[in-house]
Amino acid sequence: MSTRTLSKSRLDISALLAWLIVALVVVGLFSTIFNPDIGVMDVPRLALCLVILAIAAVRYELGFMRNRFGDVMLGLVTAFATWLLIDTGSNHPGDAALGYWALTAAAWASAWLFVERLASWQIASRTAARFTNLAIPTLFGITLLVLWQIIVTGAGVPKVLLPAPTEIWLRLLNSVPILWADFQQTFLKAVLAGYAIGCGSAFLTAVLVDRVPFLRRGLLPIGNLVSALPIIGVAPIMVMWFGFDWPSKAAVVIIMTFFPMLVNTVAGLSASDPMQRDLMRTYASGYWQTLIKMRLPMAMPFIFNALKINSTLAMIGAIVAEFFGTPTVGMGFRISTEVGRMNVDMVWAEIAVAALAGSLFYGLIALIERAVTFWHPSVRG
Amino acid sequence: MTALAGAKDTEMVDNHKSASPDRVIDIEKLSLTFETGDGPVHALSDIDLKIEQGDFVSFIGPSGCGKTTLLRVIADLEQPTAGSITVNGVSPEEARLNRAYGYVFQAAALYSWRTIAKNVALPLEIMGLSRSERQERIARNLELVNLTGFEKKYPWQLSGGMQQRASIARALAVEPDLLLMDEPFGALDEIVRDHLNEQLLQLWAKTSKTVAFVTHSIPEAVFLSTKIVVLCPRPGRIYDVIESDLPRERTLDIRESPEFLKIAHRVREGLKAGHSYED
Repeated sequence: MSTRTLSKSRLDISALLAWLIVALVVVGLFSTIFNPDIGVMDVPRLALCLVILAIAAVRYELGFMRNRFGDVMLGLVTAFATWLLIDTGSNHPGDAALGYWALTAAAWASAWLFVERLASWQIASRTAARFTNLAIPTLFGITLLVLWQIIVTGAGVPKVLLPAPTEIWLRLLNSVPILWADFQQTFLKAVLAGYAIGCGSAFLTAVLVDRVPFLRRGLLPIGNLVSALPIIGVAPIMVMWFGFDWPSKAAVVIIMTFFPMLVNTVAGLSASDPMQRDLMRTYASGYWQTLIKMRLPMAMPFIFNALKINSTLAMIGAIVAEFFGTPTVGMGFRISTEVGRMNVDMVWAEIAVAALAGSLFYGLIALIERAVTFWHPSVRG
Repeated sequence: MTALAGAKDTEMVDNHKSASPDRVIDIEKLSLTFETGDGPVHALSDIDLKIEQGDFVSFIGPSGCGKTTLLRVIADLEQPTAGSITVNGVSPEEARLNRAYGYVFQAAALYSWRTIAKNVALPLEIMGLSRSERQERIARNLELVNLTGFEKKYPWQLSGGMQQRASIARALAVEPDLLLMDEPFGALDEIVRDHLNEQLLQLWAKTSKTVAFVTHSIPEAVFLSTKIVVLCPRPGRIYDVIESDLPRERTLDIRESPEFLKIAHRVREGLKAGHSYED
């Protein structure tokens, strides 16, 4: 009984989406899509495409082309319909009416339906499975960007509030040299140097704290205090101490990354269970041998946790620190000055670069983590 | 403190005079009291025990009788509060530093980031053996426990029985004359346990090692041992020591024989008496 309801409710989502798409397309076909008085019939190819979209969506419910080819068709038609929507929308910025939004919603629902279908594929080959696993989040990201584009142009959102993705992209392409210089200054110098020094020194301190119990009681509370310092207060002081250039930003990054690494490493070093400590004792293993052969490997999951947390903290620290004095280059500097000049697309371009760099940095550490802690239950699955 | 050390020294000299040359473990009037929040716990009280070279000695008793603690005292993982103990004629600490024994724990305690071969290599690396010597010992000891071919597997890819066998190979790789085993097969099912018991006996016959073995299974104790030490709890003490007259070479069939059942009966009586004395 319960399994039947379950399978029924699972089917329902697809069916619901399919019929929703049909309904939305019907609404779109029979109402104004752009003010003052443009119907979808004035853009025949859009009308045709959306009819095909509706058919592709309900084919599963009506019982024909219930195969992967049909699913791929749905995906392609969705992509084409979306492109047409963006194209026509950009000719009538700010004039979108009920019909346009209904069609947008239809495109969004069919993208969802497509992903739903894709996720249900039973795939035998490993590479193909990996490909679909990558495709699903990618499609999700693209859908978000497209919605952003359509809503911003369709509703005519002022550029200062939120520029369209295409505008940001154009700005990005046109300012590669500036962005690269900023990236170099902020990421390659301040973030990487600060991250390496902060994490490295915290690691060594953790080993020391672990070796000398007195330090555990004395140093950890001080570390706690330092981590609680507001970055807004510390950054200007660091600028006064270390000058306007990147070393002062690296110093802020060090302060931000030090404590998470220290606490995690100390916790990781005591993560071994008594039996394993006894085992090393029966081998008459010395302190360093025990540290290297047992306790450090055991601490690796903790250490990588800190490294991952710190990768994002370091970006934030370096960018915010640049608000408090910097040479005329750097991501934080650019963001603060371009906001003042209302060049919001440039701010978004910097945000995009920061997001990309931060994600890649995080991803790289996560990859190394998988290689190092392959044995941990959370990784070996 | 100094008085205690002095007492120990004289004891050791005495041992040298009186002990037979193949005495491996010599325990006299040994007691161990844990100080806890609820007052002292007498884990071991007045233990006297001699173990000779080549003995297979089982410690059997209900939970809390101190059998594991006794094994840990021999291994220098716990310090006795009174009495004396020598292992190979020296203090347990010295014996541990000489790597005189191999210890097999209740769980396999293998490192999941090391392959089976690397796990067996761990004590050898700590001992600073050369690469070729390590390779040779790994191969030999994995063969002894029937794990040849699993060198490159990780512990979590093996069954519980195989993991425990790997941990035995690891203890053997140190090439100790003394093997301390703390309920090594406790977590395994009956069939696997029988099989490993048989393998352990063969191994013991082949290598002529001394084994101290903690268990709470009567058949296991009787099947394996030349000497069975029955302990009883609160305070942990020796209730009975049974010298087994079963032949050294045994197969599982021996468990049906009247001699076997007679010894098993005496062990059971000892366990019962230890219990009723308590309640």
